Order: sequence, then structure tokens, then C-alpha cells
Amino acid sequence: MNAPLAHPKPRAADNVIELEKVRVTFGTAKNAVTALAETSLRIDKGEFVALVGPSGCGKSTILKLVAGTLDATQGNVFVAGREIGAGAARIGMAFQNPTLLPWLNIRDNVMLPLKIVPPFKESFSAKRKTEYRDRVEASLTQVGLGGFGDKFPWQLSGGMQQRASLCRALIHDPTLLLLDEPFGALDQFTREELWEIMQNLWIEKRPTVLLVTHDLKEAAYLASRICVMQARPGRIVDDSAVPFARPRTIEVSFEPDFVTLTQRLRQRIVAARAVQEIVS
Amino acid sequence: MSERVRRQVMSTACIIGFFVLWEVLCLMFHVSDIVLPRPSQVLATLWTRFPAIWPHALQTLYTTMVGFGFGIAIGILLGMLIGSSKLAYDVAYPMLVGFSSIPKVAVVPIFVLWFGAGTVPAILTAMIMCIFPIVVNVATGLAATEPELQDVMKTLRATKLEILWNVGLPRTMPYFFASLKVAATLAFVGTVISETVASNRGIGNLMMIASSSFDVPLVFAGLFILAALGVGLYIVFSLIEARVTGWAVRSDSFASGG
Repeated sequence: MNAPLAHPKPRAADNVIELEKVRVTFGTAKNAVTALAETSLRIDKGEFVALVGPSGCGKSTILKLVAGTLDATQGNVFVAGREIGAGAARIGMAFQNPTLLPWLNIRDNVMLPLKIVPPFKESFSAKRKTEYRDRVEASLTQVGLGGFGDKFPWQLSGGMQQRASLCRALIHDPTLLLLDEPFGALDQFTREELWEIMQNLWIEKRPTVLLVTHDLKEAAYLASRICVMQARPGRIVDDSAVPFARPRTIEVSFEPDFVTLTQRLRQRIVAARAVQEIVS
Repeated sequence: MSERVRRQVMSTACIIGFFVLWEVLCLMFHVSDIVLPRPSQVLATLWTRFPAIWPHALQTLYTTMVGFGFGIAIGILLGMLIGSSKLAYDVAYPMLVGFSSIPKVAVVPIFVLWFGAGTVPAILTAMIMCIFPIVVNVATGLAATEPELQDVMKTLRATKLEILWNVGLPRTMPYFFASLKVAATLAFVGTVISETVASNRGIGNLMMIASSSFDVPLVFAGLFILAALGVGLYIVFSLIEARVTGWAVRSDSFASGG
């Protein structure tokens, strides 16, 4: 981490996330691969932003930068007006894989953030058997996992594990939600069901959401803004607002405007891929 | 269920069969009990001389457990250090390998020189015997922790200590218990080596004296006691292991009970 307190640059509080001329390279001088070319991105409080693009375009890199699990090679990453690492924002993250801890049952897995994140952790031992337990149960019921709290991850199907991992990402009321293709491995109907749950949750609690996805329909259905990325080196090549009124239903996705939008994004990505192939 | 019972019956029968075969072969070829006593003779010796053997067995069990306890504590600490720090790994690993390559019987005289003959050298020998496997396994377990699981904790802004406590250590438990089963038996070896060289108590000493007076059945009685203690300790740790790390083998009894 960059020393967070050494340069406390004040930022407008509205910009929950700000990437300032960020650049990420992996490897050393000779074999260096630029995962992310100089990129700037601002996301306001309460926005729902989707990052789409071909594989290897740096979508997940941006997410890791914001999550604080990866350091920028150059440039600054601010979260909630502070340099990353200062720990101002309450972050919830759902990954491509469920990443549940195999030695904990589903309830304890979902409860994990309450054990780690303030202010929940202060009263964890007092409330784990009462208030927090009910909270976890309610959350599990919402995604159709009511009564599965005592099961262990390996006793659940992949889709059910993924739902539990979403519960874990949401249990501590995060102000910033990072979603790394969490719906990718699910079947169509489960996916649409979870889209709806996610949208309702966003409307209700208005966290800032950064969603990485391959699925344009998913991006257009959920997000209020879509950034298209291009690979080698990774960069943002398109940034458009999604105007459809909320709450959106799955029927919206069949309307002409919706189809036009996804078509346009699709062509943008196809063009990006073509450039990529010429370059490489 | 009947499958399990049959397996247990079969294995018990094979183990008993081994001793029966031993007995029968000795009888058939008229093997003298000074060369190889029959199991029945060993059991008889155990029975008749129990009052004399008993305090030695307790002494050996006590020294081994204390040495083993210290070994676990130091092993975990060293393993955690080596598993989480590159520098500690580079420094400690070669030293550990070098140290554990030394025959322990060569170290006992040094301990005797420092602490005098008796219980203390035995405890120390047991301890150094079991440290190595524990350190290696704890360090391996920590190093094998999936980065994805650590990322889950990092995004929650967990401290290093919280990550170690909630992810690193639980992840290491299967490795740790595997090493305990090895270390428990090694600890007995360490104790007995030390007792044989420099002590007037313990099974090692008993066997030393018995062999010098050609009381071979008593030597074998000592061996039987050691084997029984080792098996007992192994079983204890297997039971604890099943309770703590059942998740690693996805056992149903763990899922319903734990």
C-alpha cells in the first residue's frame, strides 16, 4: 500500500471512487505486461457502474485496485476521498468463485464480515447468537437459502454457494459493493432472479456498485452507467449512461431501446477486439 | 454399516494373526526366549512384573508428553514465523534441516552436560525430535493458503492478525494434525534414546538394564509398552483431528456434529 497518511489529499466527498492516471504493469522490465494503461475513472456516490469488455482488458484489475488487493504501479486510487488503504469505505465484494471458507458452515461464512468490519465487530461476541444470526438468516432467505445455514459449502451446489457468497458481500451494509462477475457461473433463471434482488437492494440502500461482467444484458439491466474496456493495454474506450427507468423488469431487456444499447456496446467490443488482434 | 464392521473385523483379525504367527513360528523352530521371546511370554512378563514396570512407563509417558507439549508450542510459533516471512524462511529453513540431520543420540550427552542426567534431557530430546515435522507442516499449510481466501479478508480491511487467525490457521489445521501424528511417535523415540543413555528411570532405562542381564522378555515387555503408548497417542490425535479438520475430508459426521 502507498503510505495512506503521508499525503492526505482532500477529495470531493461525492467521488466515492477516483482513479487518477493509474497504470498497472506486471512483471519486470523485459517481460513487463501492461494490464492497465494510464486510466482515469470517477464514480460518484450511489452510482451503479458496470465494466464490460473482452477478457484480459483489465476489468478485474480495476476492481482489485479499488478493493485494495492490488497496488497501482503509477497514479493514485482514491476511495471515499482517501487514498486506498486508509480504510474509509465499507467494502463488500463478491468474486467469480464463491470463495467460501471450507471450515465454516454457511451461516458463519456469511457472518464473517460482521466479525471483521467495524462497527459490527465490536459487539460480535454479544450478538453472534442473536441479532447477527437473525440478520444472516434473513439474508439467506432473501436469496432462497433459508434453512441452509448449518450446511457446509461442499454440501451445496455451485449456484447455491455463489448466492451465499453474495449474502456475505452484503451482510455488513457496504457503502461500496464490488462485484467480479458473481453471476457468471449461474444458470439463466437464477441469474435473472439475482439481478432483480440486486436491483431492489440498490434502490433500497443505494450503495455505490462497481460490477465487472461479460454479459451486456446484465450490464444494461443493472447499471446506471457502462464503461467499455479494451485490452492490450487495458483502457476505457467508451462510457455511456443507461437511461432506463427503475425498477427495471426483465421485460425491459426486450424493448427496442435496450436492444439498441446492447447492440451498440457489442459492436464497440467487437471493434475493440479487432484492434487488439491487429496489435498482437 | 456392515461394510465398516467387516473391515474392522478383518483388520483386527490380521493384527491378532500377526502375533499368533509369531507365537507359532517360535514354537515350531524352538526359538530360545533369549533370542526372541514369544508374545505369550512377553504378556506374562508384563503381567507378573507390572508393579516394577508401571513407574517406568509413567515416567516415560510424562517426559514424552511434556517434551511433546513444548515441541508443539515451539513448532507452531516457528512454523507461523517461517510460513509468513520470507526472511525467516530463508534463515530458519537451512538451520532447521541441518539441526534435524544431527543424530539425536549425539545431542543427549550435551544436554546431560548442561542439565545433568534424568528427566530434563529426556524432555529436551523428545522436544527437538518432534519440532521439525511440526514446523515444516505448519509453514507449508500457511504457504498453501489460497490467495483468494486472503483477498476476501483484505477487502474487509482485516488486519494481518485477523487474516492469520481466521484464514491462515484454520487452513493449516489439516497439515498440523498430520504432523502431530508423526511427531507424537517421534517424541517417544526421543525420550527413550535419552533414557537409554542417561537416566535411572523410564522404559528406556528399564530396557537397558534388562538387556544387560539378558532378561529379553522384559526388554520386549518394554517395547510392547512403548508401542501401546505410541498407538494410544496416535488414536487420541486422530480423534481430535476428525473433530477439528473434518471439513478437509468433507466428512458427513463433521458436517452434522460440528
